[in-house]
Formats: sequence, structure tokens, C-alpha cells
Amino acid sequence: MNLHRNRSVAVSGGILLFVTLLAIVAPWISPHEYLSTDFSRILSAPALTNMQFFGTDDLGRDLFVRTMLGIRVTLLVAVVASLVSLVIGVTYGAIAGYVGGRVDAAMMRFVDTLYALPFIFLVILLMVAFERNFLLIFVAIGAINWLDMARIVRGQTLSLREREFVEAARLIGVSTPRIIFRHIAPNMMGIIVVYVTLTIPQAILVESFLSFLGLGVQEPQTSLGALVDAGVNQMEGASWMLLIPATLLAGILMCFNFLGDGLRDVFDARRTT
Amino acid sequence: MSLLVVSGLSIRYGGNAVVSDISFVIEAGESVGIVGESGSGKSQTALALLGLLPGQAQVSGSIQLGGVEIVGAPERVLNRLRARRIGIVFQDPMQALNPYLRIGKQVRQILLQHGLSTGDEVDGRVVEMLRRVGLPDPEQQFRAYPHQLSGGMRQRVMLASALIAEPDLLIADEPTTALDVTVQAQILELLEDIRDNTALLLITHDLGIVAGHCERMLVFEQGRLVDAGATTSLFASPGHAHTKALIDAAPRIDRGAFPPEIKAGTILSVEAAQVSYEIDGHEQRAVSDVGLSLRSGETLAIVGESGSGKSSLVRAILGLIPMRSGLVVYAGEPLAGPVEARSIAQRRDFQLVYQDPVAALNPQLRVQNIVVEPLSVHEPALSFDERRDRVIAILKKVGLDEHYLRRYPHQLSGGQAQRVAIARALILEPKVLVCDEAVAALDGSARAQVLDLLRTVQMESGLSIIFISHDLAVVRAISHRVLVMYMGRLVELANVEKLFTRPQHPYTRVLLDAVPVPDPVAVIKAAPLKGEGASLRSPPSGCVFHPRCAYAQEICSERAPLPRDVGGSRVACHRADEIEL
Repeated sequence: MNLHRNRSVAVSGGILLFVTLLAIVAPWISPHEYLSTDFSRILSAPALTNMQFFGTDDLGRDLFVRTMLGIRVTLLVAVVASLVSLVIGVTYGAIAGYVGGRVDAAMMRFVDTLYALPFIFLVILLMVAFERNFLLIFVAIGAINWLDMARIVRGQTLSLREREFVEAARLIGVSTPRIIFRHIAPNMMGIIVVYVTLTIPQAILVESFLSFLGLGVQEPQTSLGALVDAGVNQMEGASWMLLIPATLLAGILMCFNFLGDGLRDVFDARRTT
Repeated sequence: MSLLVVSGLSIRYGGNAVVSDISFVIEAGESVGIVGESGSGKSQTALALLGLLPGQAQVSGSIQLGGVEIVGAPERVLNRLRARRIGIVFQDPMQALNPYLRIGKQVRQILLQHGLSTGDEVDGRVVEMLRRVGLPDPEQQFRAYPHQLSGGMRQRVMLASALIAEPDLLIADEPTTALDVTVQAQILELLEDIRDNTALLLITHDLGIVAGHCERMLVFEQGRLVDAGATTSLFASPGHAHTKALIDAAPRIDRGAFPPEIKAGTILSVEAAQVSYEIDGHEQRAVSDVGLSLRSGETLAIVGESGSGKSSLVRAILGLIPMRSGLVVYAGEPLAGPVEARSIAQRRDFQLVYQDPVAALNPQLRVQNIVVEPLSVHEPALSFDERRDRVIAILKKVGLDEHYLRRYPHQLSGGQAQRVAIARALILEPKVLVCDEAVAALDGSARAQVLDLLRTVQMESGLSIIFISHDLAVVRAISHRVLVMYMGRLVELANVEKLFTRPQHPYTRVLLDAVPVPDPVAVIKAAPLKGEGASLRSPPSGCVFHPRCAYAQEICSERAPLPRDVGGSRVACHRADEIEL
């Protein structure tokens, strides 16, 4: 693998790794608790003393610790939701593409039907109807993303199944599941990995959007979206409450997009050499 | 002064020299052939002559066309040379033509671009040029899109656009490699007739083409020019060992011993096989009522041009595509249609080797995992060590040692990859091996080695081989019996010696005559077959070959001939016993 040769992969991957580690470690080191309020320091500005790098919010809670917690939640939601969509989408798409015929037609019409539903609207209804459940966010975002993945994988499978090495495997007597997982799936790895790194930012955006609407993560838990929402309310007096989480959110999104683009180049290069 | 002077030409990509210090001269009007195996730098040289090398190529030396330096020349100078003074024809005309432009427009652009013609007379000149390259009904074809023409017709259009500006030099880079042998003969004859005073630089891997069409030849090996001289004298006494090796490795249709007939029981028989595809709601018959029998331990060749149904026939026999009707009997038992419905014992007896070995090997698997897979499926009880030993043994048999076990397909040469594919097919010791153009993509030496390998395995284990090929010289060297197909029908089925020395069907005769012979002295030129094969969508009435047959009579357009025995061959021709071929 020539991953290290691609600068955008190295830089964006490095930044993401650093941010993730920081989000995991920092709350332990900091003297502040994400819950504890200090009414003597409501809305104090970022400072280097006392580890109040990001200042405090309107309840006097330390924003540095809360932001790090928000990053944890945001990344967790995004990665888990993307994995959910990966597993469902690849299995579904590979089966539809390889079996083909009526099975394929029926399976893909089902996907088309799901596409036609206004998903965000549905998710909002679900959130209102049931408790605002953390698990529900995973399911909701995964359910949106697997549709794209299934379509992409099906298309790839359709063309791969006509390839001669797949025909040779059929002739030898290799079983269908083995053909799919040993001969077809590995040859789609490149496109799948790239697509997953591009769905992660989508998932982050959906989560932030839901949190911004107040439908996502519940207080006192937080996420980058929820922090931005809180920041908007204090925009005039305490601009850091909006600017810091918003900048971090944008930065993380950009890194994932660069990572996806870079990985696409890496896999393309491997194909041509 | 010479037309083209190349001196000290070198081309490098980074630290990789693809062409090293090449010098040669082309005089006005002469025809020069460049021969060499793949990777010898012949196409890179052609691109350098046109200034078409990619930006990262480092070119040194000098190329002068009529005194104008091409190496390092600005695009403005090159554009004046291209088409106007140097024309080019590439291997694949579909890649070279713009699919969105009508062909008349594409040819016309060249005249307008160079200011060679204006306004009203330009279309007339284009139509005239299309007529000269033999495009039927050029006024109508002027408005055709490239995809509406056959491969041969597209190559004629390419030739028209290369020659319409009357260049001093025409470069033809493998111009007939993608074409059928009868079409190749037409294009080569056209190339010779039409070029007038244009010098020709013909790049090819086929020594037969050089022998028949070039006055002088240049031999390339690994980026170096190793031999040069008049074609007749180089063939008579090669100046370099590589030239001799190339000439010796070229399979010849006119000499060499025929493999003796195998007298053994039938292992596989096919009766009245029909295969059809549905295209745009129309049923097209790819194979119509073809029957054959394969004897144990023999090689049966199936030859025919593209669209003759040879691949469809064997794919249906193998159960990879459905057979519309017909019966396949193997070892006394009828075989089920789809391969998935056959018993595991039957499946292990049939294996297939493809034309493109790289496409036939999973790019994500190492050689050891590719070759072991049939064992994992059919003999799951084997231990890891036993499997490994079997894999090493079979690789040794095909001429590869243990170092190749951990390689990936893209780390192999074409010949090595084909050996891996053959090893995979042979590891189960099948009874019937189908080779679908298995040596067509290989260079001369690799081809000879693979053919030797197949012969050896057959001698040792009594393997029966169905060998699909469009290359009659190869067929002559390896097969015991030959089945000739045309438009999905059996034309002739005969013992190899009989077929090559006394063909009974006019089409077989035409096919044999169209093969170029790598010997400038022995060249006997028969008039190439006229016209093109009809569309499978609306096949001609009666005998499908009658519109192109020199011997056709009334009966041929009325009734389809049934295969019958004539002089020991099975022939589908009404007039087989009357005509002298």
C-alpha cells in the first residue's frame, strides 16, 4: 500500500487521529467535570490559565471538556452509523447483484421505495413519538446511508460477476457465498472504503442537524451539533461558544472529505500500476 | 535527402529506458516494417515520430522529417506536420474515431484544418476518398456514425483520414491486429494499393505481414534496434539471433508435420446444439445445429471469425450459458444444462483456459491461493501440506518454481499468468480442457512454450482439448481435427491434414489463403474474400455463405446445405463434390 505517499491521506488522517485521541484523553486530564457548574465563572472567555482553553458556557460549565465529549459522541455516532450502513449495504447489494434476475429486481424496487420516503421527516417523527433515544440515532442514520451503499455495491457486483475470474470460479464449482465474499467483495474494497469515508461526514451532518433541532443527543450529554445549537443562543455575548465547536465541526468534516478523496486516488493508482 | 532520419533516439520514463539509442532512415515512398515483441519499444517509437508521447517521457536524440526537427518541437510546428505530412492508423479504430461525430465530418476536418480545401468541393473530396478506401455507398456512409460500421469499415475510415491530406509518411501501428483474418487481408491489400508515393512504416508483431508487405524491416528487442535490412535478405540470413528466434517462433501455415490422427473412443459428443441471444427483443441465433465429437486424448480445434459462434458453442457445452436445444453427452451420460446443475464429479472433468490470463485471475489473490482453489472445493479433506505440495508440483509442471507462489497476477508477465491459469485448470487432472484463444494474447516465444506445454500434458495424461482459435497457423501445429464455423453453422469438420491440404468448403479455402506467411519468397497471394459477413439478425437465405461465395449457384440461395461426408470430411456445401478448390 502506498498510503503514506499520498499527502492528503497522511495529513487529514493524522489530524483526525490526533483529534480523536485528544477527545478521549483530555477530559481525564482536565480538572473540570463536564457536569459541574461554577456560577462564579458564567460565560468566562477562553484563557490559558486553569485549563480553561475554550472558556465556559452560560451555566458555568467548562467548554473544553464539553467540546471534547461532544467530539466523542459525534465521531461515535458517525462511525457506528457508517458501519451499520456498510454491513447492510454490502450484503444486500452483493446478493442482489450476484443473484440477479427477479430477486435483484424485487430487492432494488424495495430500495427505490425506501428512497421515496422523506427520511429526515420520518426520523423526526420517530424521535418525537418515542423517547429521544441514543440508539435510535444510529439506526436512523444507518438506515439512510445503506441505501446508497447497496446501490453502489450492486452496480459493482453486476460488472464483476461477468468477469472471467468469476466465471472460472463458477466452473470450478466454488459455492455462491464463497464467490461473493472471496472473489467479488475483495475487488470492491477500494470503492467501499472510499465510500465509507465519505458517508461518515454525511452521518456527522445528519447528527448535528438533529441535535441542532434539539432532537438528537440529550442534555447533559452533548455533541458538536448540540454545542453549536447552544452557541447560537449566546452568539452576541459569548461568540466563542459558537465559533469553537462550529470550527471543529467544519474541520473534522473537511478532514473526512479529504481522506475520502485521497483514498480514492490511492486505490486508483494501485489499479493502474 | 531521406524523408525521415531518426538518429540516437532514446525515450525514458524516470529511470526506465523504453527506447535506447535508435537510428534509422526511411526514404520517400518505401515501405518499412518494425517487428518486435510487446515491450520492445516499437509503439513508443511511433508515438515519438508524431510528437505524441506523454509529458513525463524524456526524449533525446533527433527525428527529422524532410529536414524539420520533431524532438522538442513546439505544438504549433507538430500540428502542421500531423496529418499533413505524417498520417497514422492505430490498432483499434473505435478508440481513434470520435463516437459523436459522423465519419464524413471527421475526415473533412483534416482538410479544413490544414486549409487544403474549402467550401463546396470539400465534401466531394471526402466522398471520393471514402470510395477509394472501399467504403460501399460512400455518399450514404458519409453520414454514418462510427458505431454503425463494422471493425473493418472503421479501419478503412481511419485509413481515409490518414491519407486524405496526402502525407509523405503513413505510420500504421498494428493496423489489423483487432481484425478477422479475411478482413486483415482486405485492409493490407488496400494499404498497398492506395498509398501511391506515401512511405509506409508498418509496426506489427506478425512476421507474415512484414514478409508480404514491407521492402525493408527493423527488428526491435527491449528498446534496441538489433537488426535491419531488406526483408528478403533478413529472412534468408538473419543478422541477429533475435531475428532468427522471431522467425523460428512464428507459427507457419505452410510447413511442419501434422499431428497424427488419434484413433480412440469418443469422450464428449454434442448433437444439434443451438444457442441464441435476445437482443432488443429479437432472437439472434449464435449457434445453429452444430454437432461435434471429441475423442479421448485428441485436440479438436474450432476456428472461425468473430461472430462465428465458436465461443458461444463451447460456453454452452460447459454450461456457462444456456443451450436453447441440443444434447451434450459426456462419457455415455447426458450432461445437465447449467454447470451448477451438474454433479461435482462431472464438473471437475471440465476446465477452461481464457484468452486474457490477467482477466481470468482474481487480482486480489496470490498465485498459491488461485491455484489451490479447485483443490479446496473438490478435495476438502487434504491437509495444508498436501495441498501445498500439489500446488508446487503443478506449478513445476507448467514451468514455474516456488518463487511465484506469493506473487499477485499483476506481477506476472502474460506468459507466466497464462501458465498460472493453466495450472489452475490442470490441478484437478480434468478429462477435457477447453482453451478459448488461449495463446492469442501471447508473444511468439511465450506462445510456443504454452503450446509445447499443452502437447506434453496431453501426451502424459491423455487429456482431450477443445482449442478455439482464429489463428490457423497455431491450429495447424497443435490440433488433430478441425471444425470450421461461419455465422453459427458448421462449415467443415475434418482431420487437420485433410483440412489444410484438401479443404472441401470454399470458405475454408478462403480462410487458409488469407493467413499471411512469414516468408517473403513463398508469398502466394490469392484475391482476398470480398464483402463482409452478413448480420446474424437477418442471415441470408439458404447457405449463409452464398453472398460471398465464388462458386454460389441458384440452389445455394434457396436451401441451406446439410453437413454430409465428402472425401472423408464433413462438409456443409451443396457443391462440395463438384468444385475444385
